[in-house]
Amino acid sequence: MKLPAAFRSSKGLIGAVLVLMILLVAIIAPLVIPPDMATQMDMRARLSPPTLAHPLGTDQLGRDLMYRVLLGAHTSIYIATAAVLMSIVIGLPLGLISGYVGKTTDNILMRLVDTLLAFPALLLALTISAVLGPNLQNTIIAIGIAFTPFLARIIRGEALRVAQMPYVEAARTAGNSDTRLIVRHILPNIMPAVIVQSTISLAFAILAEAGLSFLGLGTQPPDASWGLMIQASRDYLDRAPWTALVPGAAVALTVLGLNMFGDALRDALDPRARKGAT
Amino acid sequence: MPDGSPLVSIDNLRVEFRGEDGPIVGVEDVSFSIKPGETVCVVGESGSGKSVTSLSLMRLVEFGGGRIAGGKLEFARDSGVLDVADADPEIMQQIRGNEIGMIFQEPMTSLNPVFTVERQMTDGLRLHRGLSQSKARARALELLKQVRIPEPERRLKQYPHELSGGMRQRVVIAMAMACEPRLLIADEPTTALDVTIQAEILALIDRLKRETGMAVLFITHDMAVVAQMADRVVVMFRGNLVEEGPVEQIFTNPQQDYTKALLAAVPRLGEMRGKPAPEPMRLVGQSPVEADLKPARKPEPLLEVQNLTTRYPVKGGVFRRPVANVHAVEDVSFTINKGETLALVGESGCGKSSCGRSILRLTEPTSGKVLLDRTDIIAMNDRDLRRRGWRDMQMVFQDPFASLNPYMRLKDQVAEPLMNYGLASGSELKDRIATLFDHVELPRSFMTRFPHELSGGQRQRIAIARALAVNPKLIVADEAVSALDVSVQAQVLNLMMELQSEFGISFLFISHDMAVVERVSHRVGVMYLGRLVETGSRAQVFENPQHSYTRSLMSAVPVADPTRKTIRDDLNFRPIPSPVFPLGHEPGPSEYTEVAPGHLVLKDNKT
Repeated sequence: MKLPAAFRSSKGLIGAVLVLMILLVAIIAPLVIPPDMATQMDMRARLSPPTLAHPLGTDQLGRDLMYRVLLGAHTSIYIATAAVLMSIVIGLPLGLISGYVGKTTDNILMRLVDTLLAFPALLLALTISAVLGPNLQNTIIAIGIAFTPFLARIIRGEALRVAQMPYVEAARTAGNSDTRLIVRHILPNIMPAVIVQSTISLAFAILAEAGLSFLGLGTQPPDASWGLMIQASRDYLDRAPWTALVPGAAVALTVLGLNMFGDALRDALDPRARKGAT
Repeated sequence: MPDGSPLVSIDNLRVEFRGEDGPIVGVEDVSFSIKPGETVCVVGESGSGKSVTSLSLMRLVEFGGGRIAGGKLEFARDSGVLDVADADPEIMQQIRGNEIGMIFQEPMTSLNPVFTVERQMTDGLRLHRGLSQSKARARALELLKQVRIPEPERRLKQYPHELSGGMRQRVVIAMAMACEPRLLIADEPTTALDVTIQAEILALIDRLKRETGMAVLFITHDMAVVAQMADRVVVMFRGNLVEEGPVEQIFTNPQQDYTKALLAAVPRLGEMRGKPAPEPMRLVGQSPVEADLKPARKPEPLLEVQNLTTRYPVKGGVFRRPVANVHAVEDVSFTINKGETLALVGESGCGKSSCGRSILRLTEPTSGKVLLDRTDIIAMNDRDLRRRGWRDMQMVFQDPFASLNPYMRLKDQVAEPLMNYGLASGSELKDRIATLFDHVELPRSFMTRFPHELSGGQRQRIAIARALAVNPKLIVADEAVSALDVSVQAQVLNLMMELQSEFGISFLFISHDMAVVERVSHRVGVMYLGRLVETGSRAQVFENPQHSYTRSLMSAVPVADPTRKTIRDDLNFRPIPSPVFPLGHEPGPSEYTEVAPGHLVLKDNKT
């Protein structure tokens, strides 16, 4: 199979490679690295800068940052991906129905969404997580629910815009059922917005997990997650900036990769961006 | 400046734009000149480079990613001749808005919505002329009077959104005139305006030109406007100058094939006089289209619209409750016979589109009856409408770029109605689609393409193929050719007439263009403020218009014939009143006088 043109561009290629690498790390690291490598404390080398023994330095408890960032990838990526997928699974139908059906349905659904939007996302996630209890699964549910209203709002707006396009009206007079109209005519045309929003949400979800962990509701110490590492580094920024830089770089690379990948994916799905298709 | 020397002389202008794969040529090689006090019209279809030429003269093309790659643009100033192509940015600032004024196409966006008219008008005066605020204000007032805006004092305090489209364009013209430029560049200044307002604006520009002696460079795609405005004409095609000459010569004795083809594609108001039926246009370089569109001896009614009324609520307040109603369609009745075309004409906001959409129930009418072959469409529920209603009537929309789904292959879009209505499947489906592509004269190789790979005219053919797929009895064409270039428009019109004679389809042809309507219609209905003010056969309405609105509409249409100047001094049409009425307002029924058999005129005592 030939790679879509969008992924043959340098930007798309870099994005795809980055995302692939991070996914591989997230999946393979826990299988090949013994889990206690991330929790082993080297009390003589606390806050050590990068050395031969600790290539990326250590944190305030003398734990090796390289192992922590590699093993933390699993937790961070897993939680963020699952939470964003969950928000899409709930938000996409919600927004589509609200935007397409309109009238009372739209009013009821959107007031519900507005109520959720009235709380800061993190506060909402915090409350849900506190009610459900602190564990991995509940963290995902909490972030997933907290992120749903944004997505639902954006999708509703897009659905509203697309639903009044002449091609949708023409498709209606062509005898299409409501379901087919939504699936074949509206959904493909709002996918670009969904993809862009999802890649941004993924980055925010990694940070949201950090916030929850900081408050004792997400990942439980001594397990590693990127967000937890960034939170823990805040007291040592002046003496040991690498404690923030290492997990920070991991998050930044992931977000960068996801954005580039997301753009390429959007272009790959758009017939207008396909080159040489004629 | 010695007599007879040109004000502007453009020599071998070449403009390039940055593209992904090297430069794209916007203008290849264009040379012409403008003498003081003359109007030069640059005419061409989209992509001809006519706007790029005018933007180059202002050096505005650089702000759109373009570059003047060669040639001279000489402009005669008081201090001597200046080559605009390599003038300093500071000098260009002195010239723009001061020595050269410019009017753009869209009056809605060429004024800044957050400043009052006074603020926008006085800015340029204070900058270029160093006037004090009070003097600039006095001058602005004088200018508004010069462009004949009613109540000029009040207008100064108003914001752009408080003015109508025509009024806004007058303000834009007043601003362009503020510093008494020697050259006025007007880039499609009336394209976005209604025909009566267009006539007013054209008359205004013509009068200002005569009064002030400035030269006008007028960019347009409309040959009729050219005929009315131009002293000399420059015809452009794909970045090159095709032909140049005095306006009479271009119209009566064009030399180049392209000019001849362009002129042949323009429908001229009045040329169908005395003809019994619509006739396809004779296009240069194409075999004539055969179509017998004579009305049947015994006409059979297909669509009967009775007392159709459509109102939209205007919502307001905290709870978004209806506070008023837009009376879009008000007690409209008409009949379309089998195999015939009824055209609805009128200006924007007159309700012609709402009427078409209400018939298909894309917009729900408030009351009235729509009978298609004696089946009541309004009484149908959603399922019946989907199964039977739209099986017999289809729509073609205005915007060819928005009426096809960008994510679906063309064959799939044309196949949808066939599959949904169970008309074909399997190999038969493929054959039907191929035949439909043949009918609209598109190559079958286009079937697997996506919409973006097609031009506007080709897309509109696909939209027609999709509408034809179900073998409908009626097609509602809502401004279906308005967005197309004139040569493409003529081809699509011919195609529609050909299909009509072949399949006996009826058309409801909604358009603002009187000349096009005269070409294609058997019967005509003129709409004004939601009402049908006059209806009759094409000959009755066009050759013997009775209602005062029909007459003013006809007198405003520019004719593509320089010997018949219809643009007179200071036209002032009555502005169209608002169709918004308070809740519960019940206007009286439409009552008509039958001035001749089938020729109805609205009794004019209600609005």
